[in-house]
Formats: sequence, C-alpha cells, structure tokens
Amino acid sequence: MSRKDTETGAVALVKKVFVRVGVLPFFLAGALVIFTALSSKFLTGQNLFNVARQSVYLILVSLGQMVVLISGGFDLSVGTAIALTSVVSALGMVWLAALMPDAIWLAIGLGAFMGLGAALLIGLVNGIGVAYFEVSPFIMTLGVSSVGAGLALFLTGGVPVSDLPYEFADLFGFGRLWGIPVPVLVAVLCIAVMWIVMSRTRLGTRIHAVGGNIKAAHLSAINTRRTLLVAYMLSALIASLTGLLLTARVESGEANLGGTIALESIAACVIAGVSLRGGIGRVGNVVLGGFFIVLVQNGMNLAQVSSYMQMVLLGILLILAVIFDQIRYRIIVSGR
Amino acid sequence: MDPDILMRTVGLSKRYPGVLALDSVDFDLLAGEVHVLFGENGAGKSTLISMLAGATEPTAGEIFAAQGGPVRFASVADAQRHGIHTVFQEFSLIPTLTVAENIFLGREPMIGPFTDHRAMRREARRMLRELDFDIDPTEIVAHLSRARQQMVEITKAFHGDLKVLILDEPTASLSEREVDHLFEFIHSLRARGVGVIYISHRIQEFARIADRVTVLRDGRKIATVAMKDATDRTLIEMMTGRSISEIYPPIARHHGEVALRAENIRSPGVHGCSFEVRAGEVLGVAGLVGSGKSRLFRAVMGLAPREGGRVFLGEAEITHASTRAIIRKGMYYLSPDRKSEGLDLIRTSRENLALNLVMSGRGVSRGGLINRSVVNAAADRIADHVDLPGTYRDKVVSQLSGGNQQKVLFGKCFGQEVDVYILDEPTVGVDMGTRSRLYLLIKELAEAGKAVVVISSDLPEVMNLSHRLLVLAHGRLTAELTGAEISEDRVLEHFFDETGAA
Repeated sequence: MSRKDTETGAVALVKKVFVRVGVLPFFLAGALVIFTALSSKFLTGQNLFNVARQSVYLILVSLGQMVVLISGGFDLSVGTAIALTSVVSALGMVWLAALMPDAIWLAIGLGAFMGLGAALLIGLVNGIGVAYFEVSPFIMTLGVSSVGAGLALFLTGGVPVSDLPYEFADLFGFGRLWGIPVPVLVAVLCIAVMWIVMSRTRLGTRIHAVGGNIKAAHLSAINTRRTLLVAYMLSALIASLTGLLLTARVESGEANLGGTIALESIAACVIAGVSLRGGIGRVGNVVLGGFFIVLVQNGMNLAQVSSYMQMVLLGILLILAVIFDQIRYRIIVSGR
Repeated sequence: MDPDILMRTVGLSKRYPGVLALDSVDFDLLAGEVHVLFGENGAGKSTLISMLAGATEPTAGEIFAAQGGPVRFASVADAQRHGIHTVFQEFSLIPTLTVAENIFLGREPMIGPFTDHRAMRREARRMLRELDFDIDPTEIVAHLSRARQQMVEITKAFHGDLKVLILDEPTASLSEREVDHLFEFIHSLRARGVGVIYISHRIQEFARIADRVTVLRDGRKIATVAMKDATDRTLIEMMTGRSISEIYPPIARHHGEVALRAENIRSPGVHGCSFEVRAGEVLGVAGLVGSGKSRLFRAVMGLAPREGGRVFLGEAEITHASTRAIIRKGMYYLSPDRKSEGLDLIRTSRENLALNLVMSGRGVSRGGLINRSVVNAAADRIADHVDLPGTYRDKVVSQLSGGNQQKVLFGKCFGQEVDVYILDEPTVGVDMGTRSRLYLLIKELAEAGKAVVVISSDLPEVMNLSHRLLVLAHGRLTAELTGAEISEDRVLEHFFDETGAA
C-alpha cells in the first residue's frame, strides 16, 4: 500500500469515528497528552480514581440533561433542582430529626423524599410549560431556574442549613459498600437504568422519536406531550438525586450548590455527541463526556490554571463542541 | 430563424458528475405562446430551465436568443438583460419586509446615504400597475396570499422588458382561486406577445393554458406536440414510456362492511362533507389545492380543528378522539410531506420502520423491554415488502432519494395492524418505477380487505386507482363518481363547481 493510501485510510478512520461518536475521543486524547505533559501527578492511578469519584455528580446530571437534549430541548434548571433539593431535604431532615429522634432513618428518608418532591415539581413545571404551552425550553427552564433559586434562598435566608443527621452524611457522602463509595454505586445503578430505558424500552424510543421529528412521532401514535413532560421530570429527578448526594457530601443544605452544573452538563453531553437538535445521543458516551469535563478541570488544577481562566476554557470547549456537532450533523444528513 | 421564435436551443446537454441530466435537447419558444415542459422528476425539466434562466451553463449545445446568434448567459442577471425572467419554485422574498422593499431589495433608490422610501413606493406602484397586479406596495409580504407573493416575485424579477417568462411549478401551492388569477395573468402576457415556459406535472391544467407541450424523459426530449392534438393519455404514455395499464394495476373490488363513515364534517376550509369507505375498496379523493380534500381527512384524523360532524370507525365513534387514539383504533394516515411530518431524517430506514413496530408492541416483552433483533427482523421483512434495497436500510433517511424515502414512509404503514389507510398524496415527487411499486402495495392492501383512501392532486392516479371517486371544490363535495362514471371531463367539471350540488 502506498503512503497516500494509508493517509487517506487514516483520514477515513478519523471521519468514521467522528461521525459515529463525535468529538469526544479526540478531545479525550488531546487532554491526556496535554495534562500529562504539564503535570507528573496527572496520569497516576490515584489521580484518575479521584477524577472518577468526583465526576459521579456531573455524570448523573448529564444523564438527565441528555434525556432532555435528545427530546429536542434544554434543561438550564438542573442546578436549581440540585439547590432546591439540598435546601428542602436538609430543612426536612433537621425538622423531622428533632420531632422523632428515635427514628433517625425515617427522618432521613422522609426528608430526602421532600427534596425529591420539590425537584419533581420543577420538572413538572418545565414539562408543562414546554409540552403543553409550547414555551421555548430555553426560556422555560431559565425562568424556572430563577424561581427555584429564589425559593431556595428564601427558605434558608441565604444561610446554609447545618446540623444534618450524622448518619446521612456518613452513608451517602463518605460511606462505602463492598469497598466502593456509595455515590459511585448510586451512579452505576443510574447509568444502568438509564441505558436500559433509553435503548431497550418504549419510553426511550418515544423520546428519540419526539426529538428526531415531533410531527412524525405524532403520526406514529406517540403521545408527544406526555413524552416531553416525562423527559423533563426524569432530568429533574436525576438532578435531585445528585442534589441529595452532594448535600450529604457537604453535610449541609446549601442554596448555592450546582451553580455551574447546567453549563457543564450541556458541555458534557454535546462533547459526547448528543445533538443539540435532538434525536441523537448515547448513554455510554455521555458518561465519558462527564468524566472528560471533570478530568479537564482536574488537569487544569494540577497545572495551576486559575479558576477564572478555567471558566474561560470551559466556555471555549463548549463552543468548540457545538461547532463540531454542527459539522457532524451536516455529514450525517448529506452522507458525505 | 423564424421571426416569431423568441428562444431556441440546439443539442443542449448538461452533464453532472456521473449523470447526463440533459441529452441533446432541441427546444423552441414562440412569441405569444405558453409552452409547457412536462416530465417526471429527474426528467431534465429543471436542468433545462436552469440553463435557459442563466443559473447554470450547458456542457454542450447552443442557446439562441431572439434574432441573434448563440448566447452564453453568465448569470441569471445576464439572462434578464436579454428579457428572460424566471420565477423559481423557492421564493426569494423576505416575509417581514414590505412589497416595495422586497421588489427593490439590494437595489434601493438612495438619497445620499439614505434609502428613498418614497421613490421606492412610487416605482413599485408603477411596476405593479403595469403588470396589472392589484397589490399595495406598503403591505408586508407575510400578510399576502401565496398567489400574491408569487406576483411580487414576478414583479421583482421583472426589470426592463419581459420577453420570456419561465415559471417553475407555479401552481404547486396555490389555491384554486389563486390559480385562476395566475392563469389570467399568463393569458394577458400571451396576448402581449410574451413567451411563457411553464413547468408543471399537473396535466389537468394543460388544457387551460398550454399551446404546445414538450415531453422530457430521462434527460431526452420525447416530443413536442400541440396541445389541441394531445390527450392526457398520450402525454402520460410519452412521459412514462409505458402504457397506462402497465402503470396502474387493476384492483379487484370486494364490497365489504362500512369501515369509516363521516357525517357533515366541518373544519376551517371544509364546509360539511359526508362520506363512507368500505372494506376492500379504494376511495379516491380529487380536487385542487385549497379544495379541502386534505383538510377533510386531517380533520377526520384529528390533525385539523374539528368544528362539527361525526366520525365512525367501524362501529365506534371517534369524533373527538385524539390522533393517537384513532391510530390505535385502526386508522392510519400517510402524510403528504415525508420530510416535515413523515420521517425522522437523521435516523436510518430500519430505525424509522422500527418506530411503528415498537409502538404497536412488536418485539416488546411483557416486562416492557425491546428485543432489537426481533424488531430488526420485522423491519427487514417490511423493507423487503416495499422493495427497499438492502444497501439503503442502514443509511440515514435524509441520504435516500425521494422514491426510497417514500418507500420507507409506506413501510411505516405496515408497522401496525389497521383497517383503514388514508394515503395523502402517496406518490408525491416519486419516479414512475417507484410509483408502480407503490400502486401494487395499494392494490394489495385493498384486495386484503382494507379500506384505502387515496387523496391525490395527480388526476390520472386517482382516476385509475379508485373504485369510487369523491371530488371536492371550495370545501364541499361536488361529485361522487363510481366505476365507469370516472372520466376526466366529469372530474374536471366538478373541480370548478361553485354550487356544491352533491
């Protein structure tokens, strides 16, 4: 084989990978090379394990974000769902623990349910607005995110809710089962469930169909409105679960949790090949996408990039990913 | 050269990589005639006019403009300097601007650095008056009807003197009143000695406006005939290269139970229509755009607002049921627009077929889990059935040709068990080979005892497939013809029926 043939063969392979999975493999390889060069601590088993553990939260939220993106929308209110969950569940637990000091696990359980309920309400409002009143998802979730953030601050007066039951943080924040951190277990379970839902159930098929062509989905006997509603509720539910894990981790109910996670989760999804036009996205890639974002943040920390500069770089990364998504979409549609 | 000839081509050819789109075509246009170009998609009509309009250059052959030697058009503007103006199918108007602003877009009269709005309005008014168009130049384009927008488009194209006007499928989205208006305009141009090249596949329009028809097939000119010597049958046979009986299969009629009954349906643009369809019959529905033929069935399906009347599917009343519930109860609607509401363009053919299978519960376990291999096998059986070649099954639908896309759309019909099929423009933009395949599928459905409704703007299609034919005009049923009563004269007569007698 001549040199030219191997070259075009390599280009063809790159293109094939790009069309199939998107920009992620290239970004991941680039990040590994750059950060390994910048810091000797980066490519160590210990560090990568830490990144994996830290990325659990973003991966979870990204899974929910993915569902909404595939349905053809956006969820900018995931951060608010986390904050509201944190505040409501913490207030609930503190209050219930004082009422029934002997049944501390019941208090924790009920408190957690209150938090989940608050977040589901956010998902419900988003879903109703987008599906039934046909408000643009961008504006709907942006508005709801302001409402939720305001409520979380109002409920706490801006002061973190402390004195959570010790057992809650001990298990969900720092606990291990069979030697594996509990948050990691929760994430693995969620990933498995979402993978089955998205690729093996009719709900997943419906969400893909609605995002791909909502009118065609309607003519295929799909309840498009309910499908959209469920997508937003799923996203809020997963964000809320993340909120509980984070609350346990910081051992207090905080209204400023999840401040940047909307942007980060959208970046994780888009880098992982979830199309902003809806209809396209895979669970496995999104898990890697979430891992990638945290990996880059970790690498930048090790390379002593200032946190302000990190914001700049994250924004650039997101924009680049969107540009590549656009190119990829064009290739998929034209077949060239 | 004959002094009456405005334009002539000799041996005009156009080769694109891998395909000879136009093969040595001789064509001429006389002053004061309407010359129709007729042919299937891909026959070369668009290629021919894009060269006449100056949009593309020929690979071989010559174009002669009036009284001169061969000309080469470098651009559309260059062709316009020769008095040749073209209105393409896609409009180039900005809907949020006024008529005058659109007409002068990019060539605004200026006073110093400012646009001279007053001069623009005055000029626009003068041009519109000259063309006899009753349009206010200060009106926002979005507020105008399609036909009026088209007139603005014509006015916009119309700078300097008009010798040749090329219209590419001008009536494709016009209502009948708008078509009347356009035809009046074309007649007035003809009277002034302008030559009009008119592209259309609506054979029923030809008798009203055409002087001569040139039939193209596979890039070649088959013949140029005077309209007075031609019949629809000969034109279609020339266009397709097949005899009518080869294209439209005879469909046996089984007189079954009433499968769908609608009483006095009202919807915007539909003023009280009643009909029934029986199992094992093909009910054709004909009418011009805007006659309400599609609207009527979209209202029945719950896709258009329902303002009155009752609908029964078999014994069950479905008057107020949602579209989803109606599909579940056994009535399927094939959309006339495969791209915007029929297919998921970014997914493969197989995935598009799988959607309807999965939604009807095929390959789904009791626990709700989908078995991909079962679903894919079922999708492949459907693909075999509609003759979709294997190489296209894993291709993203947007990459397929219109004909293959339509096969996928048809395949979606077979994803669920239903009793009534409403096929709205089932062969729109599809080549003749695919058409005859789709007609066989329609035959198969009807002969298997399904009730099939075929709504079509293609008159020969509905006339030849239907056991019974409904004709709509102005939102009312104007005729119901059965068997031998279905003739073109009778159908056309009811197309323009104002009374709504039936």
